[in-house]
Amino acid sequence: MSMKQTIFDPLFKNNPIALQILGVCSALAVTTKLETALVMSLAVILVVSCSNLFVSIIRNHIPSSIRIIVQMTIIASLVIVTDQLLKAFFFSIAKSMSVYIGLIITNCIVMGRADAYAMKNGPVQSFFDGLGNGIGYSVVLIFVAFFRELFGSGKLLGYTVLKPMSEGGWYQPNGMMLLSPSAFFLIGIFIWILRTIYKDQVESSN
Amino acid sequence: MGNDNVKKILLVSFSLSIFCSVLVCGSAISLKELQQTNKALDIKRNLLISSGVINSSVTEKEKILKAYERVTELAVDINSGSVADDVDTKKLDARKLAKVAGENIVLNSGDDLAKIKTISKVSKVYLVKNSSNQVEKIVLPIHGKGLWSTMYGFLALAPDTKTIKGLGFYEHGETPGLGGEIDNPSWKKQWVNKVALDGKNNPQIVVVKGQVDHSDSANYNKVDGLSGATITSNGVQALVNFWVSDNGFGPFLAKYRNGEVL
Repeated sequence: MSMKQTIFDPLFKNNPIALQILGVCSALAVTTKLETALVMSLAVILVVSCSNLFVSIIRNHIPSSIRIIVQMTIIASLVIVTDQLLKAFFFSIAKSMSVYIGLIITNCIVMGRADAYAMKNGPVQSFFDGLGNGIGYSVVLIFVAFFRELFGSGKLLGYTVLKPMSEGGWYQPNGMMLLSPSAFFLIGIFIWILRTIYKDQVESSN
Repeated sequence: MGNDNVKKILLVSFSLSIFCSVLVCGSAISLKELQQTNKALDIKRNLLISSGVINSSVTEKEKILKAYERVTELAVDINSGSVADDVDTKKLDARKLAKVAGENIVLNSGDDLAKIKTISKVSKVYLVKNSSNQVEKIVLPIHGKGLWSTMYGFLALAPDTKTIKGLGFYEHGETPGLGGEIDNPSWKKQWVNKVALDGKNNPQIVVVKGQVDHSDSANYNKVDGLSGATITSNGVQALVNFWVSDNGFGPFLAKYRNGEVL
């Protein structure tokens, strides 16, 4: 597979959330606001590409009996470092993200890519695979967050776009957009659009 | 490849652990100072915003510290309400002390409106002074349970100790868009000029469902509840009432009214 494919395939053709249905939990949790979704995206891109890189570097020395623990240790360390960096340099955003940065550890995409790809491929390929998957995850996250923030609170990145009635405008915010179920609907719509374009993603009916 | 013998497993796990712990410790220790500065600055900023000294768009460190020069910190003994001069306010951490046996007051469940179980015996109170060195606002640190989390914030009172001049939270984990709307400026604004204590100095704030007509002077103690966040709204009502009551800063406020503080 060429480098270009490694990076760009996970965006739409092989999206980790839409096709592999990985990492949905955090896609629900951090998408009520676009800002937190953006920070979460950056954090996940950083963690997944670096963990792929490190796992790939030592892949020939990892005993298969403890490979999951080894990957987990690397991922957990990277997540803690990311969390510390955010708290030091983006304090107000880190505050609004609370536990979710720490929960990147449990994001299936990170572990999934480390085990499925980085264990079998070279460091450079693995790094870009991580980068591509991180961006693929971000695409969905930003899509969901865009609509949730716009229709849920009438804002984008904290700026009022649709003025809600509570502040004297005309827009009645859709409260359901702020609750988790709405993210399921939006991810469903995203998958629907993707599968209309890429027909080969549709599973054959039994 | 011979990776699966005991020796190799121990070697790999041991060296990986060392490497990762160095990485984690290194980042935690080297960034600690910066994080603590951020946190302290964030609390100061929120205090100033809650008391209306600066508006919420100010984020520059210098401006915040400059504005903070107007603030005097006092250590107050909760039970007696008197100022504890022997306590260094710079080192006083009421949040930590609330969990230390001997340093805290255990609330019995009838008094514990804010559902916080214990409070520190000594707590900070902030006085915001104007340019001619007169007290403009009394700022009380307050906290209490919402739906998911403990909400930490500041309540600014006028020098009459009864009229609310501002309210704001700097730390909470309520649902964004629902309970999280306690951060909404237009919701916080309606607290201004509400009267927290009645004629007998008992707490009287009520958070009601639906809209309150703020132009009607009969609503001097009523605030709109947040739609979709009844438990958070009730929590805010309870914690404001708790901290101005006799179990909270009531004794201090009484002393202040009698002119015994300054």
